[in-house]
Amino acid sequence: MAVPRFWREIPNRYNLIGTRCGKCNKVFFPPRYICPRCRRIGKLEPYKLNGRGKVVSYTITHVAPNGFEDQTPYALAIIELDEGPRLTAQVTDCDPNKVEIGSRVEVVFRRIGQEGEDGPIHYGYKFKLV
Amino acid sequence: MRKVAVIGVGLTKFGELWDVSFRQMIIEAGARAIEDAKIDGKLIDAMYVGNMSAGQFISQEHIASLIADHAGLIPMPCTRVEAACASGGLALRQAVITVASGIHDIVVAAGIEKMTDVMTEQTTEALATAADQEWEAFVGATFPGIYALMARRHMYEFGTTEEQLAKVAVKNHHNACFNPCAQYQMEITVEDVLNSAPVNTPLKLLDCSPITDGAACVILAPAEMAKKFTDTPVLITGTGQASDTISLHDRPTLTGLAATTNAAEIAYKMAGVGPRDIDLAEVHDCFTIAEIMAIEDLGFCKKGEGGKVTEQGETAIGGRIPINTSGGLKGKGHPVGATGIAQAAEIVLQLRGEAGKRQIYGAEIGLTHNVGGSGGTAVVHVFKRGD
Repeated sequence: MAVPRFWREIPNRYNLIGTRCGKCNKVFFPPRYICPRCRRIGKLEPYKLNGRGKVVSYTITHVAPNGFEDQTPYALAIIELDEGPRLTAQVTDCDPNKVEIGSRVEVVFRRIGQEGEDGPIHYGYKFKLV
Repeated sequence: MRKVAVIGVGLTKFGELWDVSFRQMIIEAGARAIEDAKIDGKLIDAMYVGNMSAGQFISQEHIASLIADHAGLIPMPCTRVEAACASGGLALRQAVITVASGIHDIVVAAGIEKMTDVMTEQTTEALATAADQEWEAFVGATFPGIYALMARRHMYEFGTTEEQLAKVAVKNHHNACFNPCAQYQMEITVEDVLNSAPVNTPLKLLDCSPITDGAACVILAPAEMAKKFTDTPVLITGTGQASDTISLHDRPTLTGLAATTNAAEIAYKMAGVGPRDIDLAEVHDCFTIAEIMAIEDLGFCKKGEGGKVTEQGETAIGGRIPINTSGGLKGKGHPVGATGIAQAAEIVLQLRGEAGKRQIYGAEIGLTHNVGGSGGTAVVHVFKRGD
């Protein structure tokens, strides 16, 4: 991933900033730039999520993609944030076997991965059990 | 709208085909289809090719030109279509629409993927590009990981077991033993699956379809012309396609694919049939959980009962609704762009009564179901034995 591609998403990845439709109040994370419900009459604006939610489903990753090999085994989950949107993220700082459907989690700022030995380090959100 | 018939099918062997190239594979499948249809290649008016990622797998884009050129069919128009693992099904649908519209008469729908010319890690990375790169792959999600999230939730909501998932792989390997084109003509047991290496819990290595080279072609003609070429035309009576969110996390349910349900509804309606009328189906079992969800979403059983009916043998050859008689993606292999076309070829062979030891006797109506990514695209076709 070239640096600009990562850099332009930094507010979203570092601070969990999504978007909210000013017309219907629906919150989106990952951000959307058109509200699928209101379409042209929708008005999307940045919206910061509080970073708390619960696990909807999870898996323990044993075979990792490039750049994630040093993190296995890691828990990957779909998390439903309290404001409604769902996202995919790792659940970290715990034995991955402790993660369950329904577990309460909150966001933490972590190193996500690195591109090769000399490539940029990517930071962003993971979640921890609360 | 004209009625559309399949007049010829052709497949390469599926597997790790180190001694043949991309261009040799597509020519071999094409030549077999032309031979099967008993037509002169010069009669072909147009071609659609399903291919997910030649750019990443063999560093070659513009494969439509390459194929028309090396098949000796210049200046026939050739078009590549892409929807990840549903590319083949989409190519078939484009070919059906083209013939039905009257724009062209004889149209080839092909699919091809050459996956073993790069190292395994690169193959996995290329496949992951069917997921959302920014918000799924970026955080460490792989394709097995995304399907594992569906499997875990299916187990949680419906009590589906790892043994039931394993039964899908065991059945499809068994079926593949009777398919000379299949990558894995070998039996496996439930224990083999359960004891295979974990990939993404609850999915293990033998829950996953393999990396495969392969190509497949079907040749279409207007139904009224089909009898000129073959005594056993097979009609394509329904075609349906639907889109869904590219990311799994954006969907309200994780235990089924809305794209499948939506595409099937359109295809069933067009064909004037329902799930009970289907004699056999080829469904997209990229992972064992995917077959269980597919048979539910296509209406072959109630939601949540896919694991149970699989365990009871209802989806085996000789069962109530045989699924993946070819061996499916799991046993036959999954050259992603070719899969949707290979599914169609299997149904055509079955409806003609030419499926050898895996033949479903008396089959009249069959269905194919091809999925792109984690369900962002689904394509369903209904086939009927011609008179």
